[in-house]
Amino acid sequence: MKIIVCVKPAPDPKRWDSIQLDPATKALQRTGIPSVLGPLDKRALEEGLRLKEKFGGTVAVVAMAPPSARENLIEGLAMGADEAYLLSDRVFAGSDTWATSLVLANGIRKIGRFDLVVGGAWSLDGSTGHVGAQLAEFLGIWNVSQVTAVEAVENGKMRTRSLIERGYRLMETPLPALITVTHEINTPRFTSLFGVMEAETKPLQIWSAGDIGISAAEVGFPGSPTQTGDVFLPSSKRKAEMLRGEPEEIVREIVHRLRQAIG
Amino acid sequence: MQKARGYLSEDLLSNLLTRNLKRETMKTLNMQDCRGIWVFIEQEEGCLSEVSAELLTAARCLAEKKKMEICAVLLGYGVEAIAEALPGYGADRVIVADHPGLKRYLTIPYLKIISRLVLERKPDIFLLPATCIGSDLAPRVAARVNTGLSAHCTNLDIGEKGELMQVVPAFGGKVMATILCPGHRPQMATVRPGVFRKGEPLEKKGEVERIAVELNPEDLQQKILDVHYEKKAAQAIEEAEIVVAGGAGIGNGDDWKWVEKLAQTLNGAVGGTRPPLDEGWIHEDQMIGQSGKTIRPRLYLGIGISGVIQHTVGIQEAKTIIAVNNDPKAAIFETADLGVVADYRQIVPLLIEELQKRENP
Repeated sequence: MKIIVCVKPAPDPKRWDSIQLDPATKALQRTGIPSVLGPLDKRALEEGLRLKEKFGGTVAVVAMAPPSARENLIEGLAMGADEAYLLSDRVFAGSDTWATSLVLANGIRKIGRFDLVVGGAWSLDGSTGHVGAQLAEFLGIWNVSQVTAVEAVENGKMRTRSLIERGYRLMETPLPALITVTHEINTPRFTSLFGVMEAETKPLQIWSAGDIGISAAEVGFPGSPTQTGDVFLPSSKRKAEMLRGEPEEIVREIVHRLRQAIG
Repeated sequence: MQKARGYLSEDLLSNLLTRNLKRETMKTLNMQDCRGIWVFIEQEEGCLSEVSAELLTAARCLAEKKKMEICAVLLGYGVEAIAEALPGYGADRVIVADHPGLKRYLTIPYLKIISRLVLERKPDIFLLPATCIGSDLAPRVAARVNTGLSAHCTNLDIGEKGELMQVVPAFGGKVMATILCPGHRPQMATVRPGVFRKGEPLEKKGEVERIAVELNPEDLQQKILDVHYEKKAAQAIEEAEIVVAGGAGIGNGDDWKWVEKLAQTLNGAVGGTRPPLDEGWIHEDQMIGQSGKTIRPRLYLGIGISGVIQHTVGIQEAKTIIAVNNDPKAAIFETADLGVVADYRQIVPLLIEELQKRENP
């Protein structure tokens, strides 16, 4: 199986407090904040690696991200991916999910033939959960969202378990296909020292917009159908009364408030 | 393994594998031609989902400002009863696609029918629920008809020029942003269940139009083998009077037990923010906020929650909010009634003990 895993390096959530907003472009200033792979990115990669271990083939890890995300792709190689592709160009900045999916689709087309694309059901930062389905549309393949288990792959079809409201369904989907995974699907492996050493020798390609046949007008701010308008602070009617002190005193006060609140 | 795939739109088929996908080759609607507010109606086993009624209610407010017709789009099999009920929730017109192949949601058949309808009928606004189904369908439709889509809107309004203003938390949850779709139509948005409240039923008549459905065998190659509905194991957080919620500040899976124990002691439900979901400490239906549940309990107790807007938009209608966080600058304190600046590990075990003492003196 030729498996492609899409990941979304995002600013480390532990450092979100230091993210600033550019008042002119309304884009995030994330300079200096290292990006990390999210829990679902790692699970997507883990699932790709498990399928490769079972059925043979290769796993390529792909991201659209700034050049610094090279580190995150090396982490993917260290986990066990065979090759990595970083789609990186200034003109990609500001892309909404539509434009991001277009970039990923063109990058994946350039990589070539594949059987399965795997991604997280949502990213660590934007969390729209749109890119999986949009990428499947641009690749012209079947898709299954929010997969919690890949149960079988045989005769050019895959059997998956995926979430619906209040339950789950078992589905059979022809390949090539795209799936997005939730946290239930697996527990990602740790990278071994050997994996880290080996990662250095694996191919990592960096492709610009031109490399994948994309013009500046199609992506980034000009190519994104959605635009950010006004940015404002939400109004809160509440003003917290602050409580500090010894744990015993605090607990006594909380109990009092609980009784007031629930009668 | 690349085979002919009959479900592809002709544009995509001609592009696939031959050359890169270019935007100019895609079908796009002319903005001036677009009229009407559409709502995708979700049904399951022949039952109308609650969120569809909520979206129709939201559409009523928009329609009043825009003087536009509301059109409900319903796909399924044997769904006449639902179609007849939709005007009562505010639909002026109901478009029904009734076909055995549409009994249960499948991406490609639904995508094909809805995208074709959008391109033919040219709606100005298209609202879909951000449920498992809606979150799969909406992005693919937006990609196919070449338009913008915002996710998990917490408010919708009509701007001065008649544009749809789609409000979402943004930028790491520090601010709210209005998302616009200035150059493409329809303006598409998804909304989570519970964000809008269902309005009073109307005495209203609407036109129900049944459309012809053509599906090829190729469209139906993806199959549902089985469906399981899980019995609700725990108290649903959107119905609970008391909700105890935890965030990333809980630190690790072992300590998550304190959130659960406290909820149990208070006879409340357990909820959480996104990090506990991603870590697997809670289930999808326990996540509170923009992309999860909107809750309206009498008491909300937040433990180790920093208070990004993505979370706090879901708790604003709680009657009393108590938050425990060791960071005095945590944003959660700005939306709380009582803010406790302390390490929860020192407070919660003691609190549980105290509550138990009172219950069994």
